[in-house]
Amino acid sequence: MNGTREPILNSIRRALKRGPLAPEVAAACETRLVTHRRNLIPARAQTLPPRGQVELFVKMAETVNATVARVKQADDVPAAIADYLSGLNLPARLVRAPDPVLDALPWNERPLLETRRGVAADTDPVGVTACFAAIAETGTLMLHSGAAGPTRNNFLPDTHIVMVRTSQVVAAYEDGWDRLRAARSRDGVFAMPRTVNFITGPSRTADIEQKIELGAHGPRRLHIVLIDDGEAA
Amino acid sequence: MKATSRAFKANARRALGDANLQRAMVNLRTGFAERRAHAAAQLPEWEELRTQAVAIKKDALAHLDFYLEAFEQKVIANGGQVHWCRDAAEANETVLAICRRLGAKTVTKGKSMIGEEMGVNDYLEANGVTPVETDLGEYIIQIRHEPPSHIIAPAVHLTKEQIGGSFRETHRDLDPARPLNDARQMCDEARAVLRPRFLAADVGITGANFLVAETGSSIIVTNEGNGDLTQTLPKAHIVLASLEKVVPTLEDAATILRLLARSATGQEFSAYTTVSTGPRRPGDADGPGEYHVVLLDNGRSALLGGEFEDMLRCIRCAACLNHCPVYRAIGGQSYGWVYPGPMGSVLTPSLIGVEVAGNLPNASTFCGQCESVCPMKIPLPKMMRHWREREFQRHLSPQAYRLGLAVWTFFARRPALYRIVADLGARFLGAIGSGRGRFRALPLAAGWTRTRDMPAPEGRSFMSLWAAHQAKRVTR
Amino acid sequence: MTEKPRVALFVTCLVDLFRPSVGFAAVKLLEDAGCTVEVPRLQSCCGQPAYNSGDRKSAQAVARTVLSAFAGFDYVVAPSGSCAGMLKVHYPALFADDAAMATTAHAFAGRTYELISFLVDVMKVERVTARYDGVATYHDSCSGLRELGVKAQPRKLLASVEGLTVREMRDCEVCCGFGGTFAIKYGDISDKIVGEKADNVRASGADTLLAGDMGCLLNMAGKLERVGDPTKVRHVAEVLAGVAGPALGEPGDDA
Repeated sequence: MNGTREPILNSIRRALKRGPLAPEVAAACETRLVTHRRNLIPARAQTLPPRGQVELFVKMAETVNATVARVKQADDVPAAIADYLSGLNLPARLVRAPDPVLDALPWNERPLLETRRGVAADTDPVGVTACFAAIAETGTLMLHSGAAGPTRNNFLPDTHIVMVRTSQVVAAYEDGWDRLRAARSRDGVFAMPRTVNFITGPSRTADIEQKIELGAHGPRRLHIVLIDDGEAA
Repeated sequence: MKATSRAFKANARRALGDANLQRAMVNLRTGFAERRAHAAAQLPEWEELRTQAVAIKKDALAHLDFYLEAFEQKVIANGGQVHWCRDAAEANETVLAICRRLGAKTVTKGKSMIGEEMGVNDYLEANGVTPVETDLGEYIIQIRHEPPSHIIAPAVHLTKEQIGGSFRETHRDLDPARPLNDARQMCDEARAVLRPRFLAADVGITGANFLVAETGSSIIVTNEGNGDLTQTLPKAHIVLASLEKVVPTLEDAATILRLLARSATGQEFSAYTTVSTGPRRPGDADGPGEYHVVLLDNGRSALLGGEFEDMLRCIRCAACLNHCPVYRAIGGQSYGWVYPGPMGSVLTPSLIGVEVAGNLPNASTFCGQCESVCPMKIPLPKMMRHWREREFQRHLSPQAYRLGLAVWTFFARRPALYRIVADLGARFLGAIGSGRGRFRALPLAAGWTRTRDMPAPEGRSFMSLWAAHQAKRVTR
Repeated sequence: MTEKPRVALFVTCLVDLFRPSVGFAAVKLLEDAGCTVEVPRLQSCCGQPAYNSGDRKSAQAVARTVLSAFAGFDYVVAPSGSCAGMLKVHYPALFADDAAMATTAHAFAGRTYELISFLVDVMKVERVTARYDGVATYHDSCSGLRELGVKAQPRKLLASVEGLTVREMRDCEVCCGFGGTFAIKYGDISDKIVGEKADNVRASGADTLLAGDMGCLLNMAGKLERVGDPTKVRHVAEVLAGVAGPALGEPGDDA
């Protein structure tokens, strides 16, 4: 509705008792967007060394009902997942995102674990994905859409299992954004993905008498397999 | 949404007598309010974050035209569209046009207060498109044909018995003998019932907690995952957002996000905070083919630069509701429109007129708790007083009160005259009351004495006693 | 030799009309703290009823009489958080559009205090010599608490009253539902709120309810009496000054 843009902008300007912004003011606003300066970031995670940030991430994630299993190397992941599922009597059947990071794992080591590669369907009880970063501040996973990351894989299955490397742990959301900008900028232009998901614990609701129940529409279980690949980068 | 705010007093009276509602309101005090206090206490930087959040919003509003245009440019660059809509009618037409073009039969919806303002559900239904609310609380009130009573927990006024009853009435193809006694069972049932609706929807509509000018993104803050299924699975993602939702950068959004969940539910961060930018990209494994942002004015621009501008900083956390003694006494539906509680008392008159909503800013004790818990430091009592000033100037307050106030003021401005009347009044009331110590009934004060006694005055005014006391001192 | 501070007492209309003993208690506390106290005769009201009803003009007119009557003192003290809040916080806002009056209002605000916080924060009173046998709970009136920061001061002085135990009640900082004309205009909502306050008072196990604001006290006493609760209700100044006499709502022996 292009015809209505100007009337609305005019209405805004009229209320603010001015015309369009003077060039220097507009330039200052533009600079604000381009430099995207950080505001105050709580000290909670910032002041910790990388090891400490990893421990904080684990602690915060567990506080919000995610579970965390720690392995020493990527090759241990399929076994860790199989053990997790059998430990809870969950179906040994999963869909894994079409992600090279997951492709590289030795899924054959656990032949009883059925894995399907692709976009999740409603019938997949378990979904496995990688992630982009892990935010220590609140135990939050940062994932994004792409060829390797179907967004629905994070939401359709009952159980969501996420592979995280300790080198992916950062202190604060702003660190996650800076990493994403670095990874997806070409010639100074940042290409945002269609979807960036910040996931903190499993799905939940308190809509019935304020009692918290897990697994509203999204996964009722969030399991994190954390690979200790040395200090955080 | 049709407003019943004129009937505020009757609504409130009904609510006070509603045992189910009163039972449900007790949960608010120990739930959201206590958890918010705990979350704020855990963050030493809480006050500084509030200050910075206010500064971010003030900058955004002072340059709103710039940031909205920057936002639109980025949305378009990423393959999306922005639709500028002056009012609810234009916004509804826009949404319907997209649905029609895509041949949409059903539309899933994440929670959107703007959608409530627009009445988009009724509009779509009337035009042959079926909207399906997917947020559990919104779904519950949709099947009960009720308005929401809280801006983040729409069904907070209901007991689980009422909810279970509604599920049985609506989900008729399920086994009538099934147990439906606790929240777990109801949650599982809603999940099972709504999953196929998510998968079948042609279009998904969400609101937006924030719009980010830097990247052309919209952000939703949820816990259930319904907003994410709503926006990912269908052919198109429509975002309903009012003008003032825009913030400059992702960093600015992060700052305010640190306040939002903590103020709303006491969570450090919601389960799902999702940043959406444009439609799916070439090569993406999934995602909607279209991304539309319906930018709604509907009275916002008129608030800029005026007495109520600070209201545009509101991030819809509902902390003010959760802490308001009036809201907790009467629940959200008493306010008669989309926005209840203190924030509703300021916003509603500005959007639907003070002639309709005049009771709302008057039904406050000005205790100030709302302002003290507001993450965005909005001076809510001050703005309620502004509404009272406007009503007074326009002679909208009831005649009896104007008269009573005028009499009081006549004397208060004339202290010498006031003294005479006050001394006499104290003697009179003291004489008729001091034998019993209290009045059980008083003319003109039935609102008080129906349910409370009025302690009787001691029988002389202080000033007359003081004068006598001073006289004694001098003569001693 | 330092002179005693000259304090003008802003009695408040509710104390003046309903409970002069609070005014005398205030005078005693101020004099014991080393002040000389005067009570300007030409005082009526702080103007809050007009201000909160949206009648700015009348509020300004009343405020002018106050500013004039209370000029020239070292301090202005009121035994009420809401009246002191009006004088200290809202008078400057009331005259925001009038530069000259705004200056006067700001200067006035700088000298104006609620009674108990004045005693503790300015006169540095640490204890009182009064005696009161009982268990009291304290209601934090909204304006005093949120506009003026009155919280620790009454508790500090109450702790020094011999024979008195202070027991906090649940939700002591939650509004009592008075809100001036709110209590009459929206009487049923007000009643619900004060009913919960009464429940909390009862649950605390105290035999006495104290607060620093007559409006709150009349409201809470009225409810407690109506439901047949024997809790004694007093203004905190009465207890701190050792004032005897009937509690609020008890039959008096003077006519």
